[in-house]
Amino acid sequence: MESRSIFFEKYNITNRDLEACLSEALSRGGDYADLFFEYRVNYMIALEEQIIKTATKGVNMGVGIRVISGEKTGYAYSDDLNRESILKAARTAAFIANSSAQGGKAGLGSSVNREQNFYSVRNLATDLEIAQKISLLFEADRAARAHDSRIKQVQASYADETKHVLLAASDGRCVWDVQPLVRLNVSCIAEENGQRQPGYAGGGGRRSLDIFQGDLDPRTIATSSAAQAILQLGAVDAPAGPMEVVLGPGWPGILLHEAIGHGLEADFNRKKTSAFAGLVGQKVASELCTVVDDGTIPFRRGSLNMDDEGNPTHNTVLIEKGVLQGYLQDKLSSGLMKAPLTGNGRRQSYSHIPIPRMTNTFMMSGESVPEDIIKTVKKGLYAVNFGGGQVDITSGKFVFSTSEAYLIEDGRITSPVKGATLIGDGPTVLRRVTMVGNDLQLDQGVGICGKEGQMIPVGVGMPTIKIQEITVGGTEK
Amino acid sequence: MNDLKQRAEEVVRLAKSDGASAADVMIREEDTFSVTVRMGEVETLKEAISRGLLLRVFVGKRTATSNTSDLSESTITSLVRETVEMAKLTSEDQSGGLPDPSLFEANFPDLDLVDEGWETITPEQRIDLAKRAESAALSANKAIVNSEGGNFDYARSKTVLANTLGFTGAYEGTVSSLSVSPIAQDAAGMQRDFWFGVARHRSQLPPPEEIGRKAAERTLRRLGARRVATCEVPIIFDPVTARSFVGDVFSAVAGDAIYRRSSYLVDQLGKTVASPEVTIVDDARLSRGLGSAPFDDEGVSTRANSIIENGVLQNYLHSTYSARKLNARPTGNGQRVASGSVVIGPTNFCLKPGQASPEDIIASTRTGLYVIELIGSGVNHVSGDYSRGAVGIWIENGKLVYPVHEITIAGNLREMLKDVEAVGNDLTFFGSIAAPTVKIRKMVVSGE
Repeated sequence: MESRSIFFEKYNITNRDLEACLSEALSRGGDYADLFFEYRVNYMIALEEQIIKTATKGVNMGVGIRVISGEKTGYAYSDDLNRESILKAARTAAFIANSSAQGGKAGLGSSVNREQNFYSVRNLATDLEIAQKISLLFEADRAARAHDSRIKQVQASYADETKHVLLAASDGRCVWDVQPLVRLNVSCIAEENGQRQPGYAGGGGRRSLDIFQGDLDPRTIATSSAAQAILQLGAVDAPAGPMEVVLGPGWPGILLHEAIGHGLEADFNRKKTSAFAGLVGQKVASELCTVVDDGTIPFRRGSLNMDDEGNPTHNTVLIEKGVLQGYLQDKLSSGLMKAPLTGNGRRQSYSHIPIPRMTNTFMMSGESVPEDIIKTVKKGLYAVNFGGGQVDITSGKFVFSTSEAYLIEDGRITSPVKGATLIGDGPTVLRRVTMVGNDLQLDQGVGICGKEGQMIPVGVGMPTIKIQEITVGGTEK
Repeated sequence: MNDLKQRAEEVVRLAKSDGASAADVMIREEDTFSVTVRMGEVETLKEAISRGLLLRVFVGKRTATSNTSDLSESTITSLVRETVEMAKLTSEDQSGGLPDPSLFEANFPDLDLVDEGWETITPEQRIDLAKRAESAALSANKAIVNSEGGNFDYARSKTVLANTLGFTGAYEGTVSSLSVSPIAQDAAGMQRDFWFGVARHRSQLPPPEEIGRKAAERTLRRLGARRVATCEVPIIFDPVTARSFVGDVFSAVAGDAIYRRSSYLVDQLGKTVASPEVTIVDDARLSRGLGSAPFDDEGVSTRANSIIENGVLQNYLHSTYSARKLNARPTGNGQRVASGSVVIGPTNFCLKPGQASPEDIIASTRTGLYVIELIGSGVNHVSGDYSRGAVGIWIENGKLVYPVHEITIAGNLREMLKDVEAVGNDLTFFGSIAAPTVKIRKMVVSGE
């Protein structure tokens, strides 16, 4: 961790400035105030039709000011980091509190940054030559086209960012972080006899360009994208109706994210709008299931040294052997629910209010051998890759859509099937988990989660599991 | 506005002097207000003025873009220089470049996008709109036990565009929305739904009580939802879910999907792609339209474009780039994303209303599903394969009988378009994509 934040070095912000703004924010008597400074540099490069079509740079910065008064939140932000603009935003945010009580005088302590850094990177990707990034894209393009002559289109995109954040709060904390993030995405179109199908793959994490090797080698990513498109050319109609489903390891962990993750975010439970409200201590899953949200795994896309409220991230057990343990907390909900902080207060940027969000959410390995799990299924679906998902946290109904799946017939994996949406009920689907594999995998690092219009990077993971019954939304009755 | 115009023109000149052969700059300034009220109390209140600058430069046939929220001299100076240098590292692309100057207009019609009346409405009055809407929902029925809140949002935005061909244009717009999300409960569990209004002018926004009552009705009708057996039946999309279906059509006619051949509607110009009931236009010049603009994000004058007329595909929608790729004329649909790059976007992309009332369409259906919500993203825009989670109301003998959930509907968009059996007369605008009620002859419902 850098010993001084960019905001002190480059923008000459002093502790006295921060204290003055916090005092202004509490001038109408709020309970708590914080200032969230952000400076983000990012690059994006896009290849299509075998040429580099465009390159983009972004430089975005600002400060978000929040005042909490009871259950109320006042928020304002400024794109300008000069003292006057920040004070003006602080006055706007202060309006939420409406008492004549004297505002507390905020005194900031010294740095309380976490000692560990989960994404210590020597050469930030945003500081590296663009030519190096371009060559990753050409490698991916060549590999995808070489995979099969039916691959007619390849789009590859590279993106990186470095986000400097600093949080100063009226409780005296002043902490900062430097958060790198890179990713590479490849999408292909396969065409044969007038039929066209897409394939997608990608990878990344909180690291520099050195992440793109091994499983995340651009050629490996490109080949799996191409293979998926080719496979879809021969796909049969997906089945319709409830059936046994085996989910492969890794990215299918999106099941956990949708089925239970969102429903366990504390804001929904504090307001009792979640289907999981009041279920702590109760059995919500089969005892084979232990699910955690862990923001502390080195270099993962969903990891953070501190959340966007300046609190350290944790490894939080959500479900242990089927029993619900607790919720994902942010500052506001943990205070109102009198529950410990879990380091899950996150926001898209300085222009957004932090809310409880996931980091890396996954299920721990069980004991079954994946091949044995397949063998137990007479007629069902084996789904190994997914597009997006969504959940209605109030009714508990959730969906996730396959992008690579196969029929299982008499214990054997057979034909690939067209994409289909799986729909289930969050509080019951994990009770129907009858086998859990010994092969936990985390995803490749491309997950984006949306909530209340805020998009943030997240991770998921899972071993191979068998769900006794879930509805598959194909067309083949 | 004049200071923003000047700033944009300065940046364009700077790009030119730094070695760009052509460039365009867009600056957006937005003044926003947002309040959420929950159970009668203010929950969050947010206000800000934000700015963003989007730059695109060309160096010969190569291009790069950049974006920043920092309009300071020093940041802009180094960003412009770096963008020009970046462009030199990209590939030559014969289709690149600014629009042909013949596509620019000097004078624009007044599209009535601004309601100055909003400025006289105090924050307290704005908060009150959200309170009244939520309160109407909460008091509608005792089964409404909770709420995700009432929300009022207002934004006033200024958009300025300048380029090295001498075009400079600017326009302003106001937009507000009011929404409520109540929660109802019975022995079987909780259900939520919502209702909302969105408008540029104060007078177009429905009264808060009406929005609240409708939100409550929509939520209450979900109580007791059950599942149905897997079957193949006619599907009726209500105007909200029909928007999503029409949005899928937009994705298939966007010029970038066409030159990439990643749409099931490639090579279909002049051909019958939908039932005769289907007529779709994209009209950027709609007075007070939520997606209206006098020129697109490349400066190209906007116009009304016919997309599908009585089932026959008339036009794809284009940016300057996709038009050059396909030897077509730009349609005024160039839209800049946050990165600064230009993509193709809808303006007011609308399925024209038909004759039948939604009640008649439901009454004409012996057994079927009236869809009121779609969830998930199970649409393959390349092949048209379609499989999405749904919530709906079951239809028996022409009557809505009970709510259903935890089901999916599946088919293929290519066939769904041809299977449009009826289009309602109830077109409502909730954004830049709009639709009335739509009936599809048959789809597979997957359930129990």
